[in-house]
Amino acid sequence: MPRLKLTALQLLVALVTIVLWHLLTTIPVGGKPLVPPFFFSTPGDVAARVYKWFYEGTIWRHLWITLTEATLAFIIGSAGGVLVGFWFARQPLVADVFDPYVKMANALPRIVLAPIFTLWFGLGILSKVALGVTLVFFIVFFNVYQGVKEVSPTVLANARMLGMSERQLMRHVYWPSALSWMFSSLHTSVGFAVVGAVVGEYLGSAAGLGYLILQAEGTFDIAGVFAGMFVLAVFVIVIDILVTMVERRLLVWRPLAADARP
Amino acid sequence: MSHVATVSTEQPSVSASAVTLADVTVAFRLADRSLFTAVQHASLDIAAGEFVAIVGPTGCGKSTLLNVAAGLIAPAAGTVAIGGHRLDGLNRQAGYLFQSDALFPWKTALDNVAIGLEVGGVSSEEARGRAAQWLARVGLGSFGGRYPHMLSGGQRKRVGLAQVLIRDPQILLMDEPFGPLDAQTRQIMGNLLLDLWSAARKAVIFITHDLEEAIALSDRVVIMSAGPAARIIGDWKVPLPRPRDIAEIKLERGFHELHREIWQSLKAEVIKGYEQTGG
Repeated sequence: MPRLKLTALQLLVALVTIVLWHLLTTIPVGGKPLVPPFFFSTPGDVAARVYKWFYEGTIWRHLWITLTEATLAFIIGSAGGVLVGFWFARQPLVADVFDPYVKMANALPRIVLAPIFTLWFGLGILSKVALGVTLVFFIVFFNVYQGVKEVSPTVLANARMLGMSERQLMRHVYWPSALSWMFSSLHTSVGFAVVGAVVGEYLGSAAGLGYLILQAEGTFDIAGVFAGMFVLAVFVIVIDILVTMVERRLLVWRPLAADARP
Repeated sequence: MSHVATVSTEQPSVSASAVTLADVTVAFRLADRSLFTAVQHASLDIAAGEFVAIVGPTGCGKSTLLNVAAGLIAPAAGTVAIGGHRLDGLNRQAGYLFQSDALFPWKTALDNVAIGLEVGGVSSEEARGRAAQWLARVGLGSFGGRYPHMLSGGQRKRVGLAQVLIRDPQILLMDEPFGPLDAQTRQIMGNLLLDLWSAARKAVIFITHDLEEAIALSDRVVIMSAGPAARIIGDWKVPLPRPRDIAEIKLERGFHELHREIWQSLKAEVIKGYEQTGG
């Protein structure tokens, strides 16, 4: 489908949704609107709120805090995941010993850790970073582990026949393979970094998008809740676009998925 | 072992053995702990600069024998000697061209070729310079920046060939390297291989199931029986003149006679092989 037509259709969905929302919450049918604006707000109110936040500049601080938390969570979680993934993949004994514990830790709903992290790291950004790290770490860890394990045996045999030492194998074979798996999960891990930050803020904080939404909820300020969700959604999309750009640059050597299918 | 000193003056290189397999048996432990014998009592002597093709039915253990020569598999019995020295571990003097894709998918064609030198300690700059020359030699001069997935099957084989040959190995091990290619491309690749080989003669072990390809390329054709416990059952000299053109040599009478002669002995084994594998 042509790009222009696709964009037009995508915009149409947004337009229909907003118009319906507007009509249902503002046009009175038999005295009052079909959908109570107290619980659902109106597009106009939400837009006014978003405008106010940006006009007055209060939103930037919250955005910055959430971005910082998500970025730190991503960097620390990825680094940990890469290191441990590599270590486990190259040392099968270690992997076997820790296997049940890794599974237990991963099965744990991270949200129950949030209060503990708050106790340990306080109400500042550190507790949110810690929550994000627990989410990002496992995604990256599993992918890197898989990436190192699933290097094509032919490529490996070829590398050996070319005379590669253990260190050269690491650099030229295992490392690129692991990285490619890590990058293929980039969207998921970046998304989870943001989720960790926002959920952490929501459960107890003094700033950030999650805090903003929680505050609005506490005062039945539905327009504020929706405005917060809208800003969060746009924030995530912008990050996702950036990730796609990074991915295109880093994974040029990989065939597009469409190429693989006849 | 006494060596008869009747070395032909035309082929002075055929004096020392490049690869010697002496009474090699290869066995694998299967998942149910039973022992599977792939190759039994195989003895083969390949002279320096000699091009030997090993032909056999599908699944007869040809590749196994090649992996033994490469040092990727240790034989259960018998010995492998490279240039007169017993092989222990990987065969450092051999270049190996694999049947399936063995290029590093995350490296460009140029880097894939250059890595063959870089692992040996050659500086990146020099390696890339020489890699560019090698790419040109295999006809891919302008494809250096492409990644393997952007190349056709034949082009990938060319890169693979350059990757192996840039290290100038004395022994070239090839495991049905042109198997996945179409007939036309195989012929072109065969001629390219002969060109490169005649420029710098290496001992070649070329595995194939295609008897025509084997005769057209090699100095000697070795026939293996159907597996399991495959043995070497025939060894023919190919007296056809060089330089050869793969397409043209197949039209010559000598080619046909030899083909018929070898096929007579191979036929029974091929049928046996199919019966065993259910193919």
